[in-house]
Amino acid sequence: MDWTRILTNVVGELVAPTTAAYALAAIGLNVHFGLTGLLNFGQAGFMLLGAYGFAISTIAGWPIWAALLVAIACAVVFGLVLGIPTLKLRGDYLAIVTIAAAEIVRIIGRSTALTDLTGASSGLRGNSYKESFQALSPFPDGNTAIGPLEYSNNSSNSWWIRIVGWVLVALACLLVWRLKNSPWGRVLKGIREDEDAVRSLGKNVYAYKMQALVLGGVIGAVAGIIYVLPRAVQPDSMGRPMTFFVWTILLLGGAATVFGPVLGSMIFWGALLLIKSVMRSTVPAEVMGTQQIEQFGWIVVGVTLMLLVIFRPQGMLGDKKELAINAH
Amino acid sequence: MPTDRSHRQPDEAGAPTTHGATAVAVPSRADELRDRFAGLDRVPGVPKPDPIVVADHVTRHFGGMTAVDVDHLEVERGAITALIGPNGAGKTTLFNLLTGFDKPSTGTWTFEGRSLSGTPAAKVSRSGMVRTFQLTKALSRMTVIENMRLGATGQPGENLGAALIPGLWRSREREITAQAEELLARFKLDTKRDDFAGSLSGGQRKLLEMARALMSKPTMVMLDEPMAGVNPALTQSLLGHIQSLRDEGTTVLFVEHDMHMVRHISDWVVVMAEGRIVAEGPPQSVMNDQAVIDAYLGAHHGTDLGDDSLLDEAEPAPGATDTTPEGTR
Ligand SMILES: Nc1ncnc2c1ncn2[C@@H]1O[C@H](COP(=O)(O)OP(=O)(O)O)[C@@H](O)[C@H]1O
Ligand SMILES: [Mg+2]
Repeated sequence: MDWTRILTNVVGELVAPTTAAYALAAIGLNVHFGLTGLLNFGQAGFMLLGAYGFAISTIAGWPIWAALLVAIACAVVFGLVLGIPTLKLRGDYLAIVTIAAAEIVRIIGRSTALTDLTGASSGLRGNSYKESFQALSPFPDGNTAIGPLEYSNNSSNSWWIRIVGWVLVALACLLVWRLKNSPWGRVLKGIREDEDAVRSLGKNVYAYKMQALVLGGVIGAVAGIIYVLPRAVQPDSMGRPMTFFVWTILLLGGAATVFGPVLGSMIFWGALLLIKSVMRSTVPAEVMGTQQIEQFGWIVVGVTLMLLVIFRPQGMLGDKKELAINAH
Repeated sequence: MPTDRSHRQPDEAGAPTTHGATAVAVPSRADELRDRFAGLDRVPGVPKPDPIVVADHVTRHFGGMTAVDVDHLEVERGAITALIGPNGAGKTTLFNLLTGFDKPSTGTWTFEGRSLSGTPAAKVSRSGMVRTFQLTKALSRMTVIENMRLGATGQPGENLGAALIPGLWRSREREITAQAEELLARFKLDTKRDDFAGSLSGGQRKLLEMARALMSKPTMVMLDEPMAGVNPALTQSLLGHIQSLRDEGTTVLFVEHDMHMVRHISDWVVVMAEGRIVAEGPPQSVMNDQAVIDAYLGAHHGTDLGDDSLLDEAEPAPGATDTTPEGTR
């Protein structure tokens, strides 16, 4: 077994654009669930909409800032559409509606009626919308090696996307930290605990929930852009499993913490790769083929999530004391 | 009876005031109200000299069942009005309607002359009518001081945009914190300042909820069974707090199903049974009212309502009754 290669790959995974994208998506979900108690089971829908909004407007020839605004606008509209009918109702309604709405986005995106716009189920090729992003890079073309990690400077799976992705993650953490420790965040926390109590104190609960839903969704949409920049927009790779992974990451790292989503994403993707690599080089192919090892990896994810919720519901960074208190 | 110090109310700026000779002011306010109420008819829906709440034809049906059917009700400004009645009389439902937590089947009402029917709960609260809940809603996983801060109004940092710039809300936050600490001291919760609200006892949570409601300096507080589940030692100081609120000019409407709890502190008593108001009057006379005795018959068969043994029955610790009465009045 080649440990050097495996560990290099794992370290690479820790800083991969995908890891950053998931961290960002989980930060968005943390605004929903961790700060406000909203059950959004459609974060992948926000991500896919962001990806479509960015890619389609770039392909249409819009500059990158306009494409970014389109992605954000898509998330705002999606958040409003989901929130207006559900946020006045009990929490479970939002959960059901978000699952369904994210699926609707995916199914509409892959429908052949929209082939000209979304490329239907085969999606949009990365090269058709990457250029304006890569053109912003200050680096010369070529490859750079830092320690054992070597990537191209600008194209596709580059240092440039890594830098932008992780800077965005850092900014999102800063934003969440600032908001969480502000009077606004205090109102959200109150809503998470008991929204009638907060209502009785004169706060417009509906407006706060809407703001949280939209803000977390916008962060999700930006995550979607980071997710698709090194690859393609493929609706079927951004469905329910993606939402499920984002939830696992959030719970793994610790909901309602600032760095939980980041730590969660790194550990999730790092551990998954480690398990799969080790199995590939130790388990004989007759016992488990590559395909099965891939699936086994996801089984481990599922079991981990279950164990986590049972034995460490506060996640890695969560406050045990806080969670130990019976909410009602 | 609570000491003078505990009766003190922080003034508008959050600084303590001496508030004159409180010990003298307490009885005189009660006496003044007694005189004001003395001339009123003792009938349901009787008009008050200076009503702050006026409700008309308020009904609420649940399926075929009528939970509230109030023809006319006026609540006097600056007085302690007790809303009593057996369990299931519709007291909580009426509270929910008046505070916007439930929608009536019919009816209208005004608060300080402005119509409040159909107004959402948060707006009702902002207009100065703040309530507490029968089942305490302390925000368990927030600290006591954070609970208190949440009750404050006029914090610009509660807007998403302003929240990002601490310079815009830090100074208000300091004022709010000072005000919260004073109230906590007054309610003897200051030692619990940084504990999670969920770790408090039932009675302390009731106190916290009441203190939190006062953070917005409401013109009227509506307390739904503030004494329920509170241990007898705290009951005494709770009653004291309610009286001192009144003495500072706040209107208090509070629900209680045991009339002995209210006898000594309320200026006026409204009795509900099966959704209707069956009697109104000063506390002493209302207890002898035939309609009231009838209303309570289901719960306490044939017992004299003035009999303090009823209180023993309702309260696990009978010692409480001995300390409640005369001095407080
Ligand atoms: N949400 C509801 N749905 C159906 N019935 C209700 C509801 N809320 C209250 N009730 C009924 O209305 C009546 C009055 O209840 P409530 O106002 O809680 O009484 P009280 O506070 O005086 O004890 C009770 O019979 C209760 O069962
Ligand atoms: Mg009740």
